[in-house]
Amino acid sequence: MTAPRPAPASWPCPLHDGGTAEEYALAFDKGRQWRLLVVPALLDEANRMRRLTVEVMRRLDLSGIDCFLPDMPGCNESLQPLERQTPQSWRAAMAQAATHFAATHVLAVRGGALVAPTGLSRWHYAPIKGASILRQQIRARIVTAREAGLTETQDGLLEAALAEGIELSGHRLGAEFVRQLQTLLPAPGAQEIAQDLIGGGGLWLRAEPDEDQVQADALAAVLAIGIKA
Amino acid sequence: MVRARPNFPAMSHERHMQNETDQLLRRILTDVLGLKQGQAEGFTADTGLFGHLPELDSMAVAGLLTEMEDRLDIVIEDDEIDGELLESYGSLLAFAEAKREGQ
Repeated sequence: MTAPRPAPASWPCPLHDGGTAEEYALAFDKGRQWRLLVVPALLDEANRMRRLTVEVMRRLDLSGIDCFLPDMPGCNESLQPLERQTPQSWRAAMAQAATHFAATHVLAVRGGALVAPTGLSRWHYAPIKGASILRQQIRARIVTAREAGLTETQDGLLEAALAEGIELSGHRLGAEFVRQLQTLLPAPGAQEIAQDLIGGGGLWLRAEPDEDQVQADALAAVLAIGIKA
Repeated sequence: MVRARPNFPAMSHERHMQNETDQLLRRILTDVLGLKQGQAEGFTADTGLFGHLPELDSMAVAGLLTEMEDRLDIVIEDDEIDGELLESYGSLLAFAEAKREGQ
């Protein structure tokens, strides 16, 4: 048996000026009754969580559930400048993707929970606060600077970030992005899937991107049962 | 054959917490570095960390420290992060134990 292949799809993402730009999504679309929008982990964690995310989608496809994984504008294949994105624009983008693909359910991975559309039945896998993302990203930058013999501090970097934006682990974020992220919490009303339920250590913790078939099985099972219930 | 039972002294609270910190820290390193089950059990006080494990780059160090804060219920200040802290398993464990005792 060959593994099912996802197909590239695109969706019209809203722009600041009222227009739209075509953005990419990975899709398992057979026009079925259950259609899951997957909001990916954010920034640095997106890469480390990508494989698990797609592995879960493969399993759900085999369970008869269509799945859609859109790019965040400014990331992956997107032509939009990341520096002009904000959590608010990402939330609008994900809401538009949900509408375009006629999603019936939503899975948000990690920081994806901060920008997931709220109108549908929704799961948050290991959600994280915006402040925690920011703190960890800034800390990584402090560690790097220290290796180079420079002294940077959380407060100093945050102050500069709020004034003129900041580059964190290769991502150039605008000041408004940082300002919004600071206080952002996962929206209430979702069913939370904690890592304890999935078993093993969270793959976002890993220093290198990795995969885990057992975790993918567990996460897909929780979702398939929940979606079809 | 009758086996003599070893006579364990009652463990002090402090000693108990040190053991717990040790176990938690090995578990955290396993999760962050993606070590095989049991591999972290082989770490000794002299096992080198930063500069010895290629996976442990700056992002991983940040993840490790944040995870230590969460699971050990401590707060790590930026100015406490230096090369010595992550030099060896022993130095990281000593830091974690001192932090937990001081909370």
